[in-house]
Amino acid sequence: MIVLKDIHRSYELPKITVEVLKGINLEAEQGDFIAIMGPSGSGKSTLLNIIGCLDRPTSGRYLLDNVDVSTKNDNELAEIRSRSIGFVFQSFNLLPRFPAWKNVELPLLYGGVEPKMRKQKAVEMLGRMGLGDRSDHKPNELSGGEQQRVAIARALINSPVIILADEPTGNLDSKVGKEIMEIFAELNRGGVTIILVTHEMEIAGFAKRIVTMRDGVCYSGCA
Amino acid sequence: MDAREILSLSKDALMSNKMRSLLTMLGVIIGVASVIMLVAIGAGAKSYIHRELGNLGTNILIVVPGKTSTKGGIHPPTASTIRKLVYDDAVMLRKRARHIADAVPLILGSSKVKYLNQSRDNNVVGCTETYFDLRNLSVESGRFLNNADVDSKRKVCILGRTVKRGLFGDRNALGAVVSIGDGKYRVIGVMAKKGVTLGIDFDDIVFIPTTTAQELFDTDTLFNITIKVKSSAEIEPAMEEIRQILIKRHANKEDFTVMSQDEMLGVMNKVLGIMTAVLAGIAAISLLVGGIGIMNIMLVSVRERTREIGIRKALGAKNKDILIQFLAESVTLSLIGGLGGVLFGGMVSLGFQLFIPYLPMEISLWSVMLAFFFSASVGVFFGVYPARKASLYDPIVALRYE
Repeated sequence: MIVLKDIHRSYELPKITVEVLKGINLEAEQGDFIAIMGPSGSGKSTLLNIIGCLDRPTSGRYLLDNVDVSTKNDNELAEIRSRSIGFVFQSFNLLPRFPAWKNVELPLLYGGVEPKMRKQKAVEMLGRMGLGDRSDHKPNELSGGEQQRVAIARALINSPVIILADEPTGNLDSKVGKEIMEIFAELNRGGVTIILVTHEMEIAGFAKRIVTMRDGVCYSGCA
Repeated sequence: MDAREILSLSKDALMSNKMRSLLTMLGVIIGVASVIMLVAIGAGAKSYIHRELGNLGTNILIVVPGKTSTKGGIHPPTASTIRKLVYDDAVMLRKRARHIADAVPLILGSSKVKYLNQSRDNNVVGCTETYFDLRNLSVESGRFLNNADVDSKRKVCILGRTVKRGLFGDRNALGAVVSIGDGKYRVIGVMAKKGVTLGIDFDDIVFIPTTTAQELFDTDTLFNITIKVKSSAEIEPAMEEIRQILIKRHANKEDFTVMSQDEMLGVMNKVLGIMTAVLAGIAAISLLVGGIGIMNIMLVSVRERTREIGIRKALGAKNKDILIQFLAESVTLSLIGGLGGVLFGGMVSLGFQLFIPYLPMEISLWSVMLAFFFSASVGVFFGVYPARKASLYDPIVALRYE
């Protein structure tokens, strides 16, 4: 379902070119649960951004559902993100001005779903995350764990092919972090494909497969 | 996203910072309101002049000495090159021109007017009977001049109300003898109130026969010949006729100008139009400044919401979606500002009409439309740059922005 072939990513800085990814080969099947680990600067987030279609590889091929997305333009990538990908961030990244349900419905807004349907689905999804009574609360009225659950609801609302989580428990204490990971594990049991970045071994333990990266190359776990 | 959703998105964003939105709009509000008020003043002045000129009588032509090259303006008559207009010119016009009802030879001067120990310096107008009709004048008591007074150079006068008050107070003036210059004149009438029209105070004038005025001021030069045309349809032929007759009398030279009141109105309209346009232009500059204010705030807003832009993009927003969102905000700002300006400007104009009736203000629809659409386009024009900037943010960089 996800096939990365010899992915390179380099950044042109004024004087030097920094190569962050130096040929990554990775495959993921439907229902996979992959934890990407590695020290900071090893290229984990860059890899995740490329898988999430927020970024394009400098060279190499990336097939998502048998479609080569490495050559798509900005608008096409936006469409792919809206249709196929759900993001969960370390710092939740909820819009502070909007109540939970409005945050959750955002991907549907850009997916062209009509308003009534959007709200209904959003409230439903919040209910699945155990936040049925919180849908009118703004992010700053929710605890960290609750905020991350709103973010997961938002990531799931489009029924994406894959959920990408960049250190989803990094801003949470370990107890709440575990609760969040339980949710991911539960979703995965339900068939959702998940790729997450973390540097906590305990968190990575929830995954079926661990990929470690070092200096822009895949150190272990890559196919 | 349909229009309603985009609008509600802008509403959310603008309401989240009410004070800032209000202050930003204030620039547009002031700009639009001042355009509307200044144009209202211009339009008011225009219709004021129309009314006043109507007050001065209709179907009137005026012949002045000196040829003007352009229509309307009057060159200062320089005695050496121009033949004067004389009493007989008017007589000839009255006799020959078929399209005119009458021609009034007018002499204007000022002189000391005395009664007993009261005296004042006054404008003295030498005219004939027709002038009375022509300028819509009426007497309060006694009578106006008649042709016999003019023909036999009678030393009679009609006093304007203010003059009568000044010389006689509440006493009866009819039949009294006042001295004007060196002569003694019998008062045969007192004018009814007319008021100030276009700067001329008709109540502060002494009327005497033209022929008598010629002797009083020792001149045979007329100030002008004021002509009453039979009907408005005959104004054009009358002008041509007057021209022909006077050219013949003036040794085949056109050394005079025939003006119609319409022409003078046209000139004044033109002047007022230019004035209004200049004022509205200045006001429009303030609208421009308001637009720059919008751009400034939108740039700040885009910067502040960098992260929001990143989030929206990560969740599938296209560049176009972001562009529209921010553009809608700036247009909403300027449109609400425009609406506020229309209301504010309209209210001030109406308030002026109510409380200061002599300052004429007329709200014209075109200025309202213009100001409103201008403000909308200001929103688009000054909103495009910030919105475009927002739409081009790289989602990865934007998401990392603190």
